[in-house]
Amino acid sequence: MELTRRDALGALAAAGATVGGAVLAGRFDPPRADSGDAAPGSVADADPSLSTELLDLLDAVAEVLYPAAVTGRREFIEEYALGRTEGRPAYRDGVREAAAQLDAVARDWHGDSYAALDAETRDRLLRRLGVETADPDPDGPITDRIRFYLVDDLLFALYASPAGGRLVGIENPIGHPGGIESYQRGPVNIDDPDSDGGNPNG
Amino acid sequence: MADDGGIGDGRDRTPAARADVCVVGSGPAGALVAHRLAAQGADVVVLEAGPRFEFSRRREQQEQHIRPGMGDPWEMGGPRDDYTTAGKHYPLNAARVKGVGGSTLHWQGMVMRLHERDFEMETRYDIGADWPIEYEDLQPYYAEAERELGVAGAMDNPYAPTREEPFPLSAFPPSYSDSLFAEACERLEIDMHSVPNARNSEPYDGRAACQGYGTCRPVCPSGAKYTAESHVDKAEAAGARVIDHAPVQRLEHDESGQVVEAAVYTTPDGTERRQTARRFVVACGGVENARLLLLSASDRYPNGLANSSGAVGRFFMDHLFAGAGGRLDEPTRQNHIGFITSECHQFYDDEEPIEGMKLEFLNYAGPSPVIEALHAETWGDELLDQLRESYGTHIAMGGLVEQLPDAENRITLDPERRDDHGNPVPHVEWSLSERTTDAIRRANEIQHAVLEELGASIEWTVGPDATGPAYHQMGTTRMGADPDESVVDADCRTHDLSNLWVVGSSVFPTGGAMNPTLTIAALSLRAAESLAESL
Repeated sequence: MELTRRDALGALAAAGATVGGAVLAGRFDPPRADSGDAAPGSVADADPSLSTELLDLLDAVAEVLYPAAVTGRREFIEEYALGRTEGRPAYRDGVREAAAQLDAVARDWHGDSYAALDAETRDRLLRRLGVETADPDPDGPITDRIRFYLVDDLLFALYASPAGGRLVGIENPIGHPGGIESYQRGPVNIDDPDSDGGNPNG
Repeated sequence: MADDGGIGDGRDRTPAARADVCVVGSGPAGALVAHRLAAQGADVVVLEAGPRFEFSRRREQQEQHIRPGMGDPWEMGGPRDDYTTAGKHYPLNAARVKGVGGSTLHWQGMVMRLHERDFEMETRYDIGADWPIEYEDLQPYYAEAERELGVAGAMDNPYAPTREEPFPLSAFPPSYSDSLFAEACERLEIDMHSVPNARNSEPYDGRAACQGYGTCRPVCPSGAKYTAESHVDKAEAAGARVIDHAPVQRLEHDESGQVVEAAVYTTPDGTERRQTARRFVVACGGVENARLLLLSASDRYPNGLANSSGAVGRFFMDHLFAGAGGRLDEPTRQNHIGFITSECHQFYDDEEPIEGMKLEFLNYAGPSPVIEALHAETWGDELLDQLRESYGTHIAMGGLVEQLPDAENRITLDPERRDDHGNPVPHVEWSLSERTTDAIRRANEIQHAVLEELGASIEWTVGPDATGPAYHQMGTTRMGADPDESVVDADCRTHDLSNLWVVGSSVFPTGGAMNPTLTIAALSLRAAESLAESL
């Protein structure tokens, strides 16, 4: 199952981010010659709001959380995570803080950053922290915050997107504005991305 | 800097000069009355206990609903909303929203008319109470209410009461899940038909068409679902003033006891303020309507305002949910949308039982994968396996069953518990009679018959024991012709005070088994006419 930019945008829509695709693209596209004189404060000028290290960590967590068959994960995370924290500084700080704490635990227990560990160790570390059974709580102890800001955030991104939904058999999952055609349709080959009940507005 | 009552948003929360009309509450009843009167040039002030929820935050609120640990998107609960119960537990704060728009902020948006028989249960069957109006009296207001709310529906329901014109919007087509039910129902000679939805099947009244977010209840991020915010906006555009964070503590009458003079409200900074007006409209929902009248007791009216009948707070009713569901051995395509596209009203007018019942074919049986994933205790491929196992083949029916009025089911003030302003909290005494549980059982029988005919393995039933309220609080300021037995007259004006109206489902003498909001809206439009005439 290939995750695409469209899935990230779908997940963002579900998450309430009001960010257009072009804006997101601007964050990662290499600067072009004709964008050199962009006005201060414009998209081309803006700094990415999340560091590469943080995106590495989110991707490393997502590799543990997402089914093995999912591909295109890194791009999905980059677009989703960035768009998602746009205009929500408190939430972004919560993600950063939880990530920093997870990294600190990884260094304490395994002597390396979380993203540098192998997938099996990363999985085990989360389970040993009790994150599997933790109650997500943005103000709780670190385990609950990791569950809230990292685990649930990334699971929400995946399973509220058409791509994540399709893995389970629903191309228009709750949270995704997939229009009012899909509910009328019988079982179809929903692995076809063109049958995803895409947003009726395009 | 305006006196914003301690909120910090700079909005003026001081009382206006003596208004023509002061409306307490901005749910559908209050909003429609406020809009109608403001549009006719009346000077209207609306006092709303809760906050204004900005529409721009609705998708964040949706996330709050889907993701555990983020709290209630509508911020219900806490000392402001405290209550106590006796008898069968009534989860009051799940059943209402305080805010501009009221409980339409979280409602699902089902809008049926009551049937002719609902207005004359006493005459026909010697149970319940007659309304002081007939279906025909309300019929034109029903049509108007359907236009105001933007109802999507079709004329395919042979059991619906007489109607004069098509619905303003075309019905949502039936779901794939409905088509699975159709054959079984046909064999059992059970009719399925469309459902009137206060939800845009196409753009209407400046609001978008449904986008299929799937979370109608409790949050519609597209704006396709009607909320009373729509009529609050229109009322404001017509010159009405809406003050949020302004819970009314009591109504004060003049020395003669004939008219209400002021609504006393308190802003968050603790300042008590008095809004005077020529007319008052109480529109705070089925529990708070009664509570406000009881809180307004005076030397002249020691049992509460407008309560010479003793009926204020009594005859509290809700609709009871009855349901059953299970699994098929094929995909059922649930949880794409959060609303219903087919129902069956065939048994509504039956006399065995006399209680009304309507049956629903659910489009949201079983878990939604994303919500289940967020509550799961694993991840990776193991989580995917779990989700695949639990999603895909669920099927279910729901339904509402009528509860007849009973004076012992009631709202009183609890002297032992105080809210954040020191007022006694509402005490909800609520139980089900044997009649009601029998009617629930009958609904279950039909539901089981359909599911069995369908070949489903039945895995759960919500019957007399597991049933709960549909969150339709009715009956506590009942309407009637006799001032000794009712609180308001056919125009929703109180018998006791000449300038006081009470609107909302609290005026229903009986509740039928149809979702109440369209009837709330129709009665409010009718009450607005009598208010306008009185001005």
